[in-house]
Amino acid sequence: MVSESIVGKTYKTAKSYLVGREKLIEFAKAIHSTNPALLDADAAQAAGLDDVVGPATFSVVMQQQVLNQFLADPDVGIDFANVVHGEQKFEYLRQVKAGDLLDAVLTVNSYKAVGTNVMLGAETVITSGGEPVITATSMLFVRNES
Amino acid sequence: MTNSKKLEVGQVLITRDVDFTRDSLVRYAGASGDFNQIHYRDDVAARVGLPGVLAHGMLTMGTAISPLVEWLGDPARLLSYGVRFTKPIVVPADGAVAVHIEAVVGAVDEEAGTARIDLKVSVEGEMVLGKAQAVIQI
Repeated sequence: MVSESIVGKTYKTAKSYLVGREKLIEFAKAIHSTNPALLDADAAQAAGLDDVVGPATFSVVMQQQVLNQFLADPDVGIDFANVVHGEQKFEYLRQVKAGDLLDAVLTVNSYKAVGTNVMLGAETVITSGGEPVITATSMLFVRNES
Repeated sequence: MTNSKKLEVGQVLITRDVDFTRDSLVRYAGASGDFNQIHYRDDVAARVGLPGVLAHGMLTMGTAISPLVEWLGDPARLLSYGVRFTKPIVVPADGAVAVHIEAVVGAVDEEAGTARIDLKVSVEGEMVLGKAQAVIQI
């Protein structure tokens, strides 16, 4: 069972993530975007952008990488099948674009037992070359904890 | 190319309907790297006591904001975006679930040059996201 002692733990991406144009397009299609500026580099350039940019929730790809490390931590002991997403928020400082090298650090910042569930709060700071790009905050429900 | 003039509280900016299928979930799992099996395996969903295979909350969140970002023109006009996942969307192995999206002006701050857009996202008339709010640059 996950315990309150995990509050304050941090997890960071082992290697920087190179954002690829085709990955951004794949993600945009997966979230049903019909926006030419996200789906086609020529259309993006015609719209005044350098290249396709990251869809609004793309940085969840970075968040997922650090979340996977968190879930694999033997001190944490959570079955991913019992994790349900409660809340998510993104604050955008700049656009993600193809060619960015991104890093992410996740910090577990709250723990609350509610009945048989545990609510965990986490903040993931995504940076490029040390400069902040997006801050993502999440609340996760861990079900069936007792 | 940007839509920005004269936003009024209560104004409906966009409505869109999107079908979620099991294929959508598999595609999203691959694109996002979220391979939680509750999003594609009925047996795993049943084992942990869920009513069925659920759409990734982040698929709903991402789909819900897509029409607004397109409407904005410049994606950099989106300053923040947050949601609560209040009701899971159960997606059957066959068939589709129609997800209805409306983007409505919630508040306008002329001084700050920003507006809050409320996203109303529903399945069969029931809201699936709570407090789904985007702050945009006017």
